[in-house]
Amino acid sequence: MANTHSRTTSEKLWTTILWTSSVLVLFFLMAPIIAIMPLSFNGGQFLTYPLQGFSFQWYQEFFQSEDWMRSLKNSFIVGIAATMLATTLGTLASLGLVRATFRGKAIIMGILLSPMIVPLVITAVGFYFFFAPLGLTASYTGMILAHTALATPFVVITVSATLQGFDMNLARAGASLGASPTRVFFAIILPLIAPGLASGALFAFATSFDEVVVVLFVAGPEQRTLPREMFSGIRENISPTITAVATILTVLSVFLLSTLEALRRRGERLRGTKG
Amino acid sequence: MPSDLALSQAARPQQPQADRAAERAERAQLKSRLRRAERMKQLKAFGLIAPLLLFLLITFVVPIADMMLRSVHDTDLSEVWPRTTAAIEQWEDRTQLPPEPVYAAIAQDMKDSRANRTIAQAARRLNYDANGARTFVMGTARRLPDTAESWKSTMIDIDEAWGEIDTFGAIARASGPFTSFYLLNAIDLEKTATGEIVSAPEQEAVYVDIFTRTFVISMTVTLICALLGFPVAYLLANLPPKIANVMMILVLLPFWTSLLVRTAAWVVLLQEQGLVNDALIFTGILDEPVRLIYNRIGVYIAMVHILLPFMILPLYSVMKGIKPVYMKAATSLGAPPTTAFLRVYLPQTIPGLSAGGLLVFIISIGYYITPALVGGAADQMISYFIAFYTSDTVNWGMASALGAVLLVATMILYGVYNRLIGADKMRLG
Repeated sequence: MANTHSRTTSEKLWTTILWTSSVLVLFFLMAPIIAIMPLSFNGGQFLTYPLQGFSFQWYQEFFQSEDWMRSLKNSFIVGIAATMLATTLGTLASLGLVRATFRGKAIIMGILLSPMIVPLVITAVGFYFFFAPLGLTASYTGMILAHTALATPFVVITVSATLQGFDMNLARAGASLGASPTRVFFAIILPLIAPGLASGALFAFATSFDEVVVVLFVAGPEQRTLPREMFSGIRENISPTITAVATILTVLSVFLLSTLEALRRRGERLRGTKG
Repeated sequence: MPSDLALSQAARPQQPQADRAAERAERAQLKSRLRRAERMKQLKAFGLIAPLLLFLLITFVVPIADMMLRSVHDTDLSEVWPRTTAAIEQWEDRTQLPPEPVYAAIAQDMKDSRANRTIAQAARRLNYDANGARTFVMGTARRLPDTAESWKSTMIDIDEAWGEIDTFGAIARASGPFTSFYLLNAIDLEKTATGEIVSAPEQEAVYVDIFTRTFVISMTVTLICALLGFPVAYLLANLPPKIANVMMILVLLPFWTSLLVRTAAWVVLLQEQGLVNDALIFTGILDEPVRLIYNRIGVYIAMVHILLPFMILPLYSVMKGIKPVYMKAATSLGAPPTTAFLRVYLPQTIPGLSAGGLLVFIISIGYYITPALVGGAADQMISYFIAFYTSDTVNWGMASALGAVLLVATMILYGVYNRLIGADKMRLG
């Protein structure tokens, strides 16, 4: 009796420790992101609590600043262009990869995933050395090419995973009924893998939208993106405008995350699998 | 198809010889047609992969290969001082000063390069190797006479650096077209004039320290992540899915939040008047604010915060697959909970720990932005120096050599990761 009693108390103790430490760690993960949001509505000039009144002045400053607006526009230009390129190239490659059994597939896979593995500084300096003589530094073309390269692994991984769960018999059925390969792709494969494709595209966009190291080396003053502007903002003199930008970006991440989750659920439903 | 063939064979057991031969031919034909179809399929598959492969080879693999080449390819000096780099070959006995023709070549090159304003490139390249070379090259070039009986004695008279063997060692090392100078330098070694490899002098031997620092920071971050991530992953894996899914959002949201946003948040919160210091004083843990940013503490806090999800996610997916019956079996056989945990549960989590650990470590060693923004001068990792040599001092050879060391280290770790876990199983959340 005494033994069971002590066991349950020690179990209770462990459960308490487990919950306490987990809650603390989750608090550590979430707190900083939440804590800077109220600061963006601060009426005062400082980045400290307690807040000195409520105001939208820092949002106003963000939306009225030429530099911030240009960087926002640049982020979307580069992000959208890189996403379209990366999604197209990555999806085609994934369609090939699921069928491929040839030798050297592993090496090809290694090359396709390498932009995700090579440390960003090396990638950035490599682009810089390579683009400079070609006149591609300080150009949108250079930035889009660089971000496309960085984003493709995420598309390849996501779309390949979706295709692995795809029942190829559906495509065969289509082909046996006389549909051309293009028609099979657009009428059968594409609608079914669309959620995976969209997740891949979102991953690609997020990669480009958040990337700063390559931008530091490859972009000129005209191509500065939002993260690049934030980098200077944090480094030089951190103003409350940064907290307004951070709040906007966090809201964007929440939106991105919920979209991904919805896509994942939809993908599961379409394939009739769960988990 | 093959089963059809077997069937038709069974249906016609007795066949004339000719028929059987025809059938054999048909079968061979079918086989080759199948093989051709398969080859076509593989060709098509490759055709689909080819655009991306080609794109990455041109925009990614070639630039990085080119960068790696720069760590051994060295033409800065030979471009502007061609006579010198050719004449230095005549310097045979490298324990003595070189013969007169070498001096004559240097003098001529100095005058020419000063006239067409390329001398700075030579001076800069020699300065990487021999401290003060920029000064004595520029100074000597200004004071060289039009003609001289002996260039050797004239140059030594102008600047005694021309009387030191080491000066010519630096010229020889910079004569290209290939050099081991940068790579050796990246690991604090150097080649003497006579070709021996020795440790670099103490004030120049900084890179091993930087690599060690990078390793220590990455290792510490990895260990803290494992320690903090373990209970969270365990709880998430063992809670009912409904609650676990909600809690998972608390892990995924930071993961999806911009790196710059999270770094900015820490810069704001860790200030001396920041929220963290306020809270620590309010709760009585501290009496007065402490410095939490622009030092190692700040780097650890921000890096752990950013990399923790990379530990939790693989750990969670491994723990999710551990069946509770093993623990039940262990306890029912009389093992105390601690023993059961240590000897039955923990070993099963090792794949998750190693996947998460390697991932966090690989990402850490290449970190640049976060230490640059929240760290002090003594907390900068190898990436910072690669960036520094590329844009601040334009010593591209050194940037490339440090990059080569970092890339090799990353590739080895990634190879280990691939062996243990498989590249395609990299979790994205």
